[in-house]
Amino acid sequence: MTVRRISTTTAPSRGANPLRRRLIVGVLVLLSLVLISVSFRSGEDSPLTSLQSAGSTVLRPFAVGFERVAQPFRDAYSWADSLVDAQSEAERLRAENRDLLQRSIQSEFALQENDYLRRLLRYLDGPRFPSDFNPVAAEVIGRPGIAFTQAIVVAAGSSNGVRVNDPVVTADGLVGRVTRVTPDTARIQLLTDEEAAVSAVDLRTSAQGIVRHARGTRETLVLDRVRKQDRVKVGDQIVTAGWSASGLSSLYPKGIPIGKVTSVGQTDTDLFQQVQIDPFVDFGSLDAVLVLVPTVRPR
Amino acid sequence: MSAGAVLRAVVVVFVAAMLQTVIVSSLVVGGGAPDVLLVVVVALGLVRGAVPGAVFGFLGGLVVDVLTLDTMGISSLVLTLAGFWAGRYGETTGRDRRYAPVIAVGAITLLAGLFGFVLHYMLGEEVVARHALVTALLPAFVLNLALALPIQALVRWAVGEGAHIDSSPELEVLGVR
Repeated sequence: MTVRRISTTTAPSRGANPLRRRLIVGVLVLLSLVLISVSFRSGEDSPLTSLQSAGSTVLRPFAVGFERVAQPFRDAYSWADSLVDAQSEAERLRAENRDLLQRSIQSEFALQENDYLRRLLRYLDGPRFPSDFNPVAAEVIGRPGIAFTQAIVVAAGSSNGVRVNDPVVTADGLVGRVTRVTPDTARIQLLTDEEAAVSAVDLRTSAQGIVRHARGTRETLVLDRVRKQDRVKVGDQIVTAGWSASGLSSLYPKGIPIGKVTSVGQTDTDLFQQVQIDPFVDFGSLDAVLVLVPTVRPR
Repeated sequence: MSAGAVLRAVVVVFVAAMLQTVIVSSLVVGGGAPDVLLVVVVALGLVRGAVPGAVFGFLGGLVVDVLTLDTMGISSLVLTLAGFWAGRYGETTGRDRRYAPVIAVGAITLLAGLFGFVLHYMLGEEVVARHALVTALLPAFVLNLALALPIQALVRWAVGEGAHIDSSPELEVLGVR
């Protein structure tokens, strides 16, 4: 039997020289590694930061455009999602409750201040008040992958006065803080990020603690380092502590709502109570936020 | 690739990156969100080959890193390798297989998730393994699988294949003595 090898037609890259193919991929991988090294090691001073800022500025109109186009679809998705979760009724009540909650927290805090804190802290540096801040409204234009980080990107940056570590809130409560800034955009680390931590206080008992992300869950927080003798109860409201001492002060102003206590537990071996919090802010459906820009920045 | 095909591929990757960053990553279903850009890069690799897959993966990753102000290069590295592997799979064992896009997207989603986790861990970022590798990755795996065939068809329609792939045998019988 006689056979003959015939040629097959292939796509250009399918017939690419293996050496050339490996060379191109090697160069791309090497370039990526160089980008990671330079970006990571130099941090904010990285030469790439200005490049990234410029790129972000160029891409911002596209992101805003996409966001606007997507908004109706996102709203429809949120609506369907809320139907599935039977939250449509809760949404109406939540909106109604929001005003009452704010007033309740402010009144209760003002009362406590009048009764205790104002007298006690008269001799100390006073805690920072939200009145020391100017709000900068910013539209959410991006969300990094949720597997590794809890963050959003907003359409406001250093040209609006936003700086790294500025606190970010919504009408519901605390969202997080600014971690990176370009002239027109800023990256916000959400309170649910693994690396986020906020000094907080139980509004009813004044028990102090640190709000952190609860490991293994997506949107649950814990109030860590609460002493066992503090009588925290389910339903207590947790707000930012806004401490200030020896010239240092918390990044967050005092009295911003964080969440409501959903469970309290303790064991004989633990030094502190285990307090779980349900945040007031729905981190999954943030459309716009307020960045709190201090009226006077500490030097 | 012709200039027109390159331009169309750039547009496809850019739109996928914007969609992923602005919209899709917030559509959380069961704890995870689909990765449209990854699926598009895999589809480009399968349709156009390993080198275009790697190059467009690199470009798509750059757009994502710039938009999200993330550490530059991480997404580029993951997507470069994803595009390259998808291309090689398409050029070799995956060739002419009907479900090659599904197999490639499934395998590469899992590998990319694992590789991304290792990269973030090596950079000293606090990442919870259970969340990254189970809570977020498994729903993403299922959602990406669901998107694999439609996106493959869309990419093939938009970018086209470089040339007809002849699936005829390489040996021809001339005669029997």
